[in-house]
Amino acid sequence: MPPYERLLIPMPPVTQLVRSPDRGGPVQPLLSVRNLVKHFPVRDGFLARTKRAVHAVDDVSFDVAKGETLGIVGESGCGKSTTARLIARLMLPDSGGLLFDGDGVDEFGGMSLQEYRRNLQMVFQDSFASLNPRMTMEDTISFGPREHGVGRQQARTRARALLDRVGLRPAQFAQRYPHELSGGQRQRVNIARALALEPRLLILDEAVAALDKSVQAQVLNLLQELKTEQGLTYIFISHDLHVVQYLCDRVMVMYLGQVVEVGPVAQIYSAARHPYTRALLSAVPSMDPARRTSKPPLSGDPPNPINPPSGCRFRDRCPHAEAVCASAAPLLHGQGNAAHLAACHMTMAGSGHSAAPALEIHV
Amino acid sequence: MTSIVSSAVPMPDAVLAPQVASAGYWRSVLQRLHRDPVAMACAAILLLLVLAALLAPWITPADPFKASMLKRLLPVGSSGHWLGTDELGRDLLSRLIYGGRLSLTMGIVPVVLAFVIGTSIGVLAGFLGGKINMVVMRTLDVFYAFPSVLLAVAISGAMGPGMSNSLLALTIVFVPQIARVAESVTTQVAKLDYIDAARMSGAGTLAIIRVQVLGNVLGPVFVYATGLISVCMILASGLSFLGLGVRPPEAEWGLMLNTLRSAIFNNPLVAALPGVMIFITSICFNLLADGIRSAMDLRR
Repeated sequence: MPPYERLLIPMPPVTQLVRSPDRGGPVQPLLSVRNLVKHFPVRDGFLARTKRAVHAVDDVSFDVAKGETLGIVGESGCGKSTTARLIARLMLPDSGGLLFDGDGVDEFGGMSLQEYRRNLQMVFQDSFASLNPRMTMEDTISFGPREHGVGRQQARTRARALLDRVGLRPAQFAQRYPHELSGGQRQRVNIARALALEPRLLILDEAVAALDKSVQAQVLNLLQELKTEQGLTYIFISHDLHVVQYLCDRVMVMYLGQVVEVGPVAQIYSAARHPYTRALLSAVPSMDPARRTSKPPLSGDPPNPINPPSGCRFRDRCPHAEAVCASAAPLLHGQGNAAHLAACHMTMAGSGHSAAPALEIHV
Repeated sequence: MTSIVSSAVPMPDAVLAPQVASAGYWRSVLQRLHRDPVAMACAAILLLLVLAALLAPWITPADPFKASMLKRLLPVGSSGHWLGTDELGRDLLSRLIYGGRLSLTMGIVPVVLAFVIGTSIGVLAGFLGGKINMVVMRTLDVFYAFPSVLLAVAISGAMGPGMSNSLLALTIVFVPQIARVAESVTTQVAKLDYIDAARMSGAGTLAIIRVQVLGNVLGPVFVYATGLISVCMILASGLSFLGLGVRPPEAEWGLMLNTLRSAIFNNPLVAALPGVMIFITSICFNLLADGIRSAMDLRR
């Protein structure tokens, strides 16, 4: 409805937020991330021209299918959280865009930012910093719906129901302040707040990383339950590969602001194609003492993101690096499997790397 | 109402149970303040001073403006004039009580005005950040560069003597100070995840400031402003002392200190009394501010 008509017709009071219906069908990705780029300029000194920039996210594209859990893994500083904040539009990208269920986000003819944000919510790592210390749990959860026009009483009732759903007794917790709760309880409240707007997509940015293992398991189970119950889609950002394996359907591996490998969780964990992914997985501690890690899977620190290496960004830590890796940047490719992509010259036919398969030329 | 919820998630009994009366943040702060004897004593003294000032016409033993050549500079404890008389033979107790009216007004009104203006500027600048913040704060820094006494004297002197002018001058002195505190607290708050979460909920900037930011900023700024009341009273007294504030024959503590200073060798106790009043009031405001500060720390 055009805005001027909205002014003519009195809007009925909103009593409850309803989850937006599916539009594109199951095949259309819920979220398509297209060529996101974010560089942070570095100031060299007073009045200096800013020429150098931290390449936090460099040309990242991926799709999130409806109903799946996509895990994003990588070392600290690889751009996982920046990607999350770019998707949430808490930060504007230098270039690149988002499509939500086929609609361009925050662009002409597309979906408004307010509408988009109602469909997408985020749970942050720091459960304490993500709750207002001066607001009760009930007020925190009902803030979003109230801003969307839900009446005070409805919003309160809903907040209490949500508290109950995430396993906190409303009579006991509704009037509490954040410092009166434990970390796990606070993270449950954060989840309840995210659900209050009836989103379709939830970004979990290291949401369980700060919790101890037993509480972590409870919260992960809660997330699983909520997902099946409400048909949610998750983007799960983590550096804990065990948790990712448990929770996710697909995994995306990032290194220095770029996607190096993406594929179904089973294929990534059993047959990783990128040397970085293999190094990352071999660093996972094993429960079996006979299979303890004896040599470090990877040496050195990630290179400085201000001046990333030319060609493949992993090459100066990669045991298989050759001349071609310095001269050309590998592209994500599938080797005949469109679901499992990796960006490495070793698997790309005809790349010039000695380990690469021969280029099949069909005459 | 029930049907709305039950459609989404099962309605537990607890949701319908009567709500436990919540303490509320400010009520719990008051409770803690009640347990602080120093703060409570200061609050009592201040209350007494304010009441005395309000009820001055009914409780003063004599006319504060009636001079008598025969009774000049009577010492403390004279019959009929418990606190003695000033250089014109006016009853000092009555003048001190009446003086509280102007002195407290001069101490509190500029700080209240500066609190409203300074907090608005500081919170907006801190929350919006970037270039707006830089321009606003650098502009205020120009005022901040001068010592507050000098600035108050300069503004007051430029606008001419008189009570309203000195109130305005003092307000201008305190706006940058309060704005700076509000800005720095807001900048810290604006970085926290719950502000991002509020943005994610689709709320507008003003709604976020009103609901999420102000509650976390007003407390520290309020404490800082309470502490400024004592500074403001001393500055106001200073202005009156210099002849830029209230003019004779009005009773005001700073002005009384000024006119009585010639008698300091004849009757030092009487001459010091207005200063004692300024001292007591300002130290009470300071200690009360300290008490509120510690009472507002929720985690104790």
